[in-house]
Amino acid sequence: MAQGAANLVISELRERIQHLEGTAKRLKHVLPFGIPDIDNRLPGGGLAFGALHEFAGGGAGTVDGAAAALFAAGIAARTKGQVVWCLTRPDLFFPALAQAGLHPKRVIFVEVDREEDVLASMEEALAYGGLGAVVGELVRLPMTTSRRLQLAAEKTGTMGLAVRRWRRQTEANDYGQPTAATTRWRVSVLPSEALPVSGVGRARWFLELMRVKAGECAEFFVGACDATGRINLSPGPGNGQDQAGRSVYSG
Amino acid sequence: MAAAKAQAIFHGLMLVDADPAADAAALERLTLWALGQYSPIVAVDAPDGIVMDTEGADHLQGGETLMVTGIVNRFRGRMLSARVAVADTWGAAHACARAVQRETVIVPAGETERAVEGLPLSMLRLPAKTVDDLRMLGFKTIGELSAQPRAPLALRFGPEIGRRLDQMFGRLAEPIDPIRTPELIEVSRAFAEPIGAPETIDKYVGRLVVQLVEELQRKGLGVRRADLIVEKVDGTRQAIRAGTAKPARDVAWLTKLFRDRTEKIEPGFGIEKLTLVAVMTEALEDLQKSSALVEDETSDVTPLVDIFGNRGHRVFRVAPVFSDVPERSVQRIAAAAVNDETWANHWPRPVRLLARPDRIEAIALMPDHPPASITWRGRRMKVKRADGPERVFGEWWKRDAELEAVRDYFIVEGEGGERLWIFRQGDGVDPGTGSHRWFVHGIFA
Repeated sequence: MAQGAANLVISELRERIQHLEGTAKRLKHVLPFGIPDIDNRLPGGGLAFGALHEFAGGGAGTVDGAAAALFAAGIAARTKGQVVWCLTRPDLFFPALAQAGLHPKRVIFVEVDREEDVLASMEEALAYGGLGAVVGELVRLPMTTSRRLQLAAEKTGTMGLAVRRWRRQTEANDYGQPTAATTRWRVSVLPSEALPVSGVGRARWFLELMRVKAGECAEFFVGACDATGRINLSPGPGNGQDQAGRSVYSG
Repeated sequence: MAAAKAQAIFHGLMLVDADPAADAAALERLTLWALGQYSPIVAVDAPDGIVMDTEGADHLQGGETLMVTGIVNRFRGRMLSARVAVADTWGAAHACARAVQRETVIVPAGETERAVEGLPLSMLRLPAKTVDDLRMLGFKTIGELSAQPRAPLALRFGPEIGRRLDQMFGRLAEPIDPIRTPELIEVSRAFAEPIGAPETIDKYVGRLVVQLVEELQRKGLGVRRADLIVEKVDGTRQAIRAGTAKPARDVAWLTKLFRDRTEKIEPGFGIEKLTLVAVMTEALEDLQKSSALVEDETSDVTPLVDIFGNRGHRVFRVAPVFSDVPERSVQRIAAAAVNDETWANHWPRPVRLLARPDRIEAIALMPDHPPASITWRGRRMKVKRADGPERVFGEWWKRDAELEAVRDYFIVEGEGGERLWIFRQGDGVDPGTGSHRWFVHGIFA
């Protein structure tokens, strides 16, 4: 009984703190992955709308950011409404994003010359409201700027997705610097799912949840985005499946 | 050349009498068209030219170079030839457009003197008699004349030479008096005391926008291009042009477009008058919106597109093109355009496509096996898994050289899981179809 009363007091206090922080409304709006193992790790049971999320690739992916961009595209595809995609390097090949369920009529690209303009465009788009998601491909994301983006997202409830990609692999330790983003993910490529015949199966990723506000870090082995932008859990590399088969083309 | 002599050279030459009045009227029509199209401050540069102040307006055409070539191409489309020059001052642009034997001339900022010093004296906009007299004295170019001491020249020819030279080199301001028609919707506000603070400018711009929207409302019009013209105490003008992707009559939307750029206004000694002109308008009817019980209404993003566009960013959507060649399968379309189609292929496509395929070394069994290993950017990658080939044929209807060209695309996966999109030029048998060299073209997620 005493325990229950204490819980009641604590939960009441929590509510009041949330009210003061102005986060009560935000946490209710989340985009679940539909995978309990991942959703349980995130406060509210999914990726929060009205927040900034950061993605980067691991290994060679720090430079091309291909997996991180596709992961972000899959999330954007599952939101509703228009998506604004800000970038400086126009090497994104849209047919791949269309295969992850992002229809071209939903995406507006903003190509700018300078890195700072990406940040300004993202902030403008986040503050505009009524968009599904705002994606930006960035090299640097300083603390102050990330807080501005986070606040703009909180105000309108639009999801901000920052895809970090660096010019050199050695610059990627910048990803350890703190930012105001709500979650931080690293997506690294893994060997694809084995097929009974020769060929390349569904791509797999090693998904690291490196940082999450009010939550704990976690790591997952997942299958890459399918035609509707969803990922699924996939067995890890430790089960010996990958080592068993010799490449059919190496002999 | 005399008409009789010309007729003697060309048989059946058609002669038309000069009609200066009609020429002037046509030039004025052309000037009004340019006002709506290119710049807020446009005037007739009689008898044979148009002068425009394009500062702060060229971004709507994609920059100076694109604007200038665009103008020339538009005239060429009507079987007319135009000469266009961009320079720091009216005088320099006038001279360069007429004297330089090229269709387009862009004089970089601060290089006026180098550009005009070799041009003949007749480009100085002086009376014909003065030019003749100067020639008699041995002057040929503007550079020679500008190197002379002023006093003797002024004593002999009056102050006109000095004034034109100063105007050309930007030492003396030469405001352009813009052409106007009664149809233009214009609201203005004059100030008894010059204003200069950004907050004050913002406030009055807001009020002008409200007035302009009221005017537009009465006429049932929406604005596509609007100019804010700032007249300063020292007689100079500055103009800011904002364009919208579709007709607009919304106070908040238009105010945002101008306030976004008030920092570009240099008040100098103060602003005497602010004028807001709707130079390009289109009919905009009020629409009744049906209210639905279910809320699946997508918000209109055109105002956001306009904000980006007026900052000079490239805003676009992508649409599919029916082509098997990857780099040709995507096209950029305007952000306001509507497109419902998507790519129909079921083969996986890479997230990043290299602008130029990167040459690699590959060890592969010909003709249709994927490589066993490749070397890209100095790193060797052993191929664990691969898929392919996907054959893409050259589009002979685009280029003759592609008649027999073939590319065989493969997806290859390395030991660490890195997936690349590579192709071989040629079908592996017939050297006529390609060089059989290998390239990386894309990176998969």
